[in-house]
Amino acid sequence: MVPVETPTFEPSAPEPAARASAQSLWSRVEALLPDVQKPARYVGGEEGARSPVHGEGRVAWLLCYPDTYEIGLPNQGLQILYELLNDRDDALAERSYAPWVDMESAMRADGVPLFSVENHLPARAFDVLAFNVSAELVYTNVLNMIDLAGLPVRSSSRDPGDPLVVAGGHCVFNPEPLADFVDAFVVGEGEEVVGEVNELLAAHLPTRSASDREDLLHALARIPGVYVPSLFLPCYEDGRLVALEPLPGVPAVVEKRTVADLGQWPYPRRQLVPITEVVHDRLNVEVFRGCTRGCRFCQAGMITRPVRERPADQVRTMVEEGLCRTGYEEVALTSLSTADYSGIEQLVRDVIGDPRHEGRVSVSLPSLRVDAFTVGTAAEIQRVRRTGLTFAPEGGTWRMRKVINKLISEEDLYSAVDAAFSQGWRRVKLYFLIGLPTERDEDVIAIAELGARCVEIGRRYHRAVTVVASVGGFVPKPQTPFQWASQDTAEELCRKIALIRGAARGVRGLTIRWHDPEASVAEGIASRGDRRVGAVVERVWRAGGTFQEWSEQFDLGLWDDALAAEGLTLGDVVHRSRDRDECLPWGHISAGLHPDFLWGDWLEALEGGAVEDCRWTPCYDCGACTGFGLEHVVASPRPPAGGSQGTGQDLEHGGRVPVHLVGARR
Amino acid sequence: MLGEATATGTRLRARYSKTGKVRFTSHRDVVRMWERALRRSGLPVAWSEGYSPRPLLSFGHALPTGAESFAEYLDIRLAPGLATVPGTRTPAQDLRVELAQRLTALLPEGVDVHAIAPLPVGSGSLQQEVSSCSWKLEVHGLASEELTSRVERLLAAPTALIERERKGRITSDDLRPAVLALTVTACAEDGLTGGPTTHLGRAWLEAEVATRPRGVRPRELVEVLGPGTKLSRAWRLQQWIERDGTRREPLAICGQEVGTAATRAERRAS
Repeated sequence: MVPVETPTFEPSAPEPAARASAQSLWSRVEALLPDVQKPARYVGGEEGARSPVHGEGRVAWLLCYPDTYEIGLPNQGLQILYELLNDRDDALAERSYAPWVDMESAMRADGVPLFSVENHLPARAFDVLAFNVSAELVYTNVLNMIDLAGLPVRSSSRDPGDPLVVAGGHCVFNPEPLADFVDAFVVGEGEEVVGEVNELLAAHLPTRSASDREDLLHALARIPGVYVPSLFLPCYEDGRLVALEPLPGVPAVVEKRTVADLGQWPYPRRQLVPITEVVHDRLNVEVFRGCTRGCRFCQAGMITRPVRERPADQVRTMVEEGLCRTGYEEVALTSLSTADYSGIEQLVRDVIGDPRHEGRVSVSLPSLRVDAFTVGTAAEIQRVRRTGLTFAPEGGTWRMRKVINKLISEEDLYSAVDAAFSQGWRRVKLYFLIGLPTERDEDVIAIAELGARCVEIGRRYHRAVTVVASVGGFVPKPQTPFQWASQDTAEELCRKIALIRGAARGVRGLTIRWHDPEASVAEGIASRGDRRVGAVVERVWRAGGTFQEWSEQFDLGLWDDALAAEGLTLGDVVHRSRDRDECLPWGHISAGLHPDFLWGDWLEALEGGAVEDCRWTPCYDCGACTGFGLEHVVASPRPPAGGSQGTGQDLEHGGRVPVHLVGARR
Repeated sequence: MLGEATATGTRLRARYSKTGKVRFTSHRDVVRMWERALRRSGLPVAWSEGYSPRPLLSFGHALPTGAESFAEYLDIRLAPGLATVPGTRTPAQDLRVELAQRLTALLPEGVDVHAIAPLPVGSGSLQQEVSSCSWKLEVHGLASEELTSRVERLLAAPTALIERERKGRITSDDLRPAVLALTVTACAEDGLTGGPTTHLGRAWLEAEVATRPRGVRPRELVEVLGPGTKLSRAWRLQQWIERDGTRREPLAICGQEVGTAATRAERRAS
């Protein structure tokens, strides 16, 4: 097993005899703050924060976000659970975020353990440490936070009296890289299951014996959506995972949880308003969950099906009450593809035109889809102030976009960009992926050509316009049709970036940005790794590799060394395509999608075949609706203006470029 | 006066304190929390024109992150042509005390509004008018005699140079002209205990520093006292406007208007 090379953290605070009697660490935290960057990260004080009283009969949850405060605070999933738990009589919840490296070293030097930002209580004063895991590169931070809590990082080394470590979020659709560190994973949406888990924990709290911990884990595994990795045993042959066997009595497949009606969950009701700057510092109102556009690279779109819209009246109420309560002047209507929301234009018009806002409130629509983006929406948004405008064609050519099933024609993109520039925007950002299955160099070079044409369109309206083409390396994700695909090497991604930069050279107004290809490789290790990758994550953490999402902290060398030490290779874990018979590490976790559907869609992709959005076309029987006895909840029987994902479009000719746009180029 | 119809809109000056945990927020954070609180208050704040309109708020000299203050100020320009606060039938001038309380309730814990009053037409900005600030500083690391003699040496010296990095270049600034007063007010030889960290030789200083040619941060003031001493806490006690040989606060804490009888009496006395 893994040799323990560095001493683990021993907080100097004496262990509390009883959890409820733990003392606030505030005076010790306060003494560290004058010497760290952004000290407001550690003080709490948000509008909407609770300061719960700990005591008998209440399960104490520490909701942990394994990245900095300013990244983690806006997380809506964490805020929803925070409210739901604190509203219960038998639960309470506080929050904790990963201390930045300067604060971490100050805490370790002074023996200050991980603490909550509300009551500044030590993590060990809680019954549960619950992690929200939304990105693979934060895995080392999860280990670091468990260690800073004063707990052994491996579940098997922890005592029955130690807090339970649980995790949820999109990444747990392949839980295996964290399986050795987390006692239980909760797969899917948490609104309902968090209560079920809490009731079980409340019943088990009074006793904390080893046998009781065993009973608790077995009982947890019987809750639908809960995966207890210690009850599944991996088998390897010839260096490959061949089976993941559940213990007797443990359900063999863990089905994700899904709430049927978003209208029943108008949360967060009291969104936290931080006293310091965070990302997405605005009111966020979720307008729907799920996405059926079927982009094959998109894990979020696959694992959150079916589509469930929030009733428009509830959205309006949440926006009005939220703006009034928070004082924010910007509201984001969030979802995976907000322009697809039924009646989006009317909703945006209502919010912006509400006389109570005196014309001061702006609306931002994250993840705009160009095919549903119209001049009308652009005009509504820009009435107050022009928020950044980003489109994501993802692929450079129509062929490529059919492979990934991102069915945006060039006409759609150009008319969306035209709408934006004609309405006064001077800067448009485009997102692309490279390293996609079947990709050829011409697909890559076309990214620069698309960008250059967008600049030309802008020049019709303004002399100086900027188009930023942002290029990321594709990382195949579990539970998607591309889960079997091979991932490009860092060298290959670098070569492709150079092709794009070469093609963009000399095009005034076009800027090419790219994501570090080495970070994509590390993400690939954690994305599709099996349980053995846990030991790699642990080595990277022990070698000091925290905050791997941050370029100043990221180091692929740590990952290379750790893989080698565990006898694994990048070639096998990352750059290899899988075949149909292979035992996938996440095969026992179900997002409701039939494996046959995913495999069929993968084959279709390789042939360049596209599928339409099933909200408005016949069902492909992916399994997401039928498996849960649900249907897509969509208010409108027709796709929104501009069409959607191929519906009503001629898929054979999407790549035709409007003649008037192909003009003289320098 | 409040909200009285004028062509450009009345200006209000608010005085507030910033104490406790919220002291770890930055000046930018404070701007944002005021913007949100004012929006929630319903006060008819005027907005700038242009590409990205902002509420017309004007803050005084920024308080360093981590420092506390009993005397922070903010000028708020109201929209023109309003005689009452929207949503109420109350004449605006009766709302002054209530407004301070209401704003306090809308601001984060630790930010308390102590006074708010209209500014006479033609008043200068806080940035222009405030000429010096009084500070209380908690330092540690030196025995009281050593600290006292260093303070005396600083006051006797013609210059006090400090090196600062600005845009990657090291520049040297003379802080001495800005140090108007500096005294050791109390010492505690037993030190300050905070967990395993013990700050030996705790002492308190009071200082008055000028805002021009540039502001002096408490940390810099302690730095020019030489090695071995460290700032552990700082409180801004007052900000001063000096004019015609007298000094006064930008807004008295009792909520009296600027330029009231008390100030005039002081002026007569001088």
